[in-house]
Amino acid sequence: MPAAAEYAEQGIEDLSSAEGWFPMIDFELEPQVLKQTGMYHMAAEQMMRPISREYDENEHGEPLQFWETMWTASQSLGPAAEGKPAKEGDKSPRLRNLFTCLSVEELCWGDAGLFLSIPGGGLGGAAVAAAGTPDQRERFLKRFREGKPKWGAMAITEPSCGSDSAAITTTATRDGDHWVINGTKIFCTAGHMAAQKSDGFVVVWATVDRKAGRAGIKPFVVEHNTPGMTVVRVEDKMGIRASDTAMIVFDNCRVPVDHILGSAEVKNDGGGFRDVMATFDATRPIVAAMAIGVGRAALDFVRDFLKDQKIPLRYGISPRRLTVIERDFMEMEVQLKAARLLTWRAAWMLDLGMRNNLEASMAKAKAGKAVTLITQKAVELMGPLGYSRNQLVEKWMRDAKINDIFEGTQQINLMIIARRILNYSSKELN
Amino acid sequence: MIGFSLSDEQHMIRDTVATFATEEIRPAARLADESGVIPSELIAKAWELGLVQGAIPEAYGGYGDTRSAVTGAIVAEELAYGDLSVALHALAPRLLAFPLIEAGTEGQKDQLLKAFAAKQFVAASAAMMEPRFDFDPSAMETVARRDGSSYVLNGAKCYVPLAQAAETILVYAATAPEQSFTGVDAFLVSRNTSGLTLSAREKNMGIKGLETYELTLRDCRVPADARLGGDKGINFARLLSESRVAMAAMAVGVARAAFDYARDYAKERKAFGVPIATKQAIAFMLAEMATEIDATRLLVWEAASRLDKSEDALKESSQARNYAAQSSLMIADNAVQALGGHGYIRDHPVEMFLRNARGFAILEGLAIV
Repeated sequence: MPAAAEYAEQGIEDLSSAEGWFPMIDFELEPQVLKQTGMYHMAAEQMMRPISREYDENEHGEPLQFWETMWTASQSLGPAAEGKPAKEGDKSPRLRNLFTCLSVEELCWGDAGLFLSIPGGGLGGAAVAAAGTPDQRERFLKRFREGKPKWGAMAITEPSCGSDSAAITTTATRDGDHWVINGTKIFCTAGHMAAQKSDGFVVVWATVDRKAGRAGIKPFVVEHNTPGMTVVRVEDKMGIRASDTAMIVFDNCRVPVDHILGSAEVKNDGGGFRDVMATFDATRPIVAAMAIGVGRAALDFVRDFLKDQKIPLRYGISPRRLTVIERDFMEMEVQLKAARLLTWRAAWMLDLGMRNNLEASMAKAKAGKAVTLITQKAVELMGPLGYSRNQLVEKWMRDAKINDIFEGTQQINLMIIARRILNYSSKELN
Repeated sequence: MIGFSLSDEQHMIRDTVATFATEEIRPAARLADESGVIPSELIAKAWELGLVQGAIPEAYGGYGDTRSAVTGAIVAEELAYGDLSVALHALAPRLLAFPLIEAGTEGQKDQLLKAFAAKQFVAASAAMMEPRFDFDPSAMETVARRDGSSYVLNGAKCYVPLAQAAETILVYAATAPEQSFTGVDAFLVSRNTSGLTLSAREKNMGIKGLETYELTLRDCRVPADARLGGDKGINFARLLSESRVAMAAMAVGVARAAFDYARDYAKERKAFGVPIATKQAIAFMLAEMATEIDATRLLVWEAASRLDKSEDALKESSQARNYAAQSSLMIADNAVQALGGHGYIRDHPVEMFLRNARGFAILEGLAIV
């Protein structure tokens, strides 16, 4: 971590001149921030928790009232938690990414599946914000600030390529004033809502030149109900069941030529593909925060239960004098905290304009794994009560696991960390 | 306001200590481990860094620097990166000086604090641990009973660093055993006090360069004003928290030493025609080690930051300490594993890092920020 003097070298403005800002080690959230996260917590508690079980059991049901409320709230709040871009010329609040992580944690404490189902630009919107021209951003993102609820989605994964996203086989071929897209995409979060059930769009990653490898992969915005784009399947999942996960087939799907995000030129500087990766540096801390929200839900539940049972948690005494339950609980608690601190750091670095590729992957790898284990342990500690669907603990365990998988599996994130600490290219370590 | 970067001053201190740890301490680490002796010249040089005198108020001849637990954690990590035994030895005088600054009466400070502003290293020590498997600072079996104008101390202590050389040892004892943390006091005990006996030097698995002793107290009578802080006593939970932050920070230092060595080795060592670091089995192990080092350090800093704001940090420092004990052991073990058979050979330092790391789940009160 650089000292204040080094910010200048990284091209960062002198932050010490900003009022109330002193770049130093500190972990305290200001009252103003706590007040805002408190509002998210209230939404989670009052709007998500009561319907949490219902939309887990009723997997492809649509929580219309919840969506409407969240949509209305986001219209008044402006750019909200789910990766929606700031308006042009908006003065970004300081530590915006960090704040996003804090609010996402609260909402996923409520329900991670419902959180993912909230209308908004989602990863599709984030891709437009990251790779689009100012004109494209205005044209495609305006819809999320007006009218009825809408969804954006991102389609990268294919049936035969997941983590290896450079192996994409979906093609985009130029034909006059259009790009013609052909291929099949899977695991597209909110894909159904974005493609067919609202006036949203899907950002599809396709290759314009198979021979060019990564350099040929480009993002295209496909408007809802564009002929040739069909949702053929909505997945049945282990958890996050309130969120739709779509398989989308593109069959001679024609999109206007100006729907390509960024340049159409194929250059071997990693251009377009680097944009995907840059998106991940921003979204991985958010996914880590999602995981932390789910983990905290389980942790809070177990803590309350132990309190009810009058089982003490004796902090500070020798671990050799603790009961197994105390040790297990304290282990869960500190693992969650470790993941949260790594996540905050990754988001904070982004806010300061530092490259956080390594730190974002550390946060994601740690949070995904830690929360998977924390929620599994919570079920175990609750015994027969934990395994029962009468409580949400078993659901949180199912919900938690996805965080160890999507937005880069545990292993992909370890790979990125390893490359960075070893200073290896993807050719040297793969 | 959330922040993760060092201040310019902290950065400068870290660089100075890091250079010393790399250039002076590390080259001496193996010999100190084998011989059990840390060269006095090395300790003298460490003393010149001002890591003890700095915190002594100017009125007592020190530099009067503001004491910061975060800065203390940074220093502890860097020194331990060089070598844990040397770090513990060099900072041992703090075990007496810092509680004295924090809780001592004017009389106690006048009497003892000046010594720590000296040009040469001054040995001092504290006795917290006790020789039993379930030792717990909140349930000490060493007791101090008030008897007229004196206290009478009874019990046994262990892992008392530099006890032979120290003129004064800060002995922690329960004055109200039923009161857990608040029932613990500390006493300024001269090593020559009748009833206080030192064992022969302890022989430990790790931290072999550091002299530690068992200390027996049998009806050891000290004047009432030997009680640190006089009638007000001490805030033991806070001192313990400061100690746990220091030990946890040192665990990060040891872990980082092990990680760096294993990473460099893995990039050099070839198997099947390629560096072993290009194999996922090794690369992923290193990735997890690096992640855990960062996670542990953040936990340490968080606890330290609470201390700097005068907040209660018993829970946080204990979390950091317990987490650091686990993670540093895992990291040092992985480092030995990454070197394979060579990791087991004493030509390489990783086996020493592993032996040192094992101590963090056990040792209490051997350092303070």
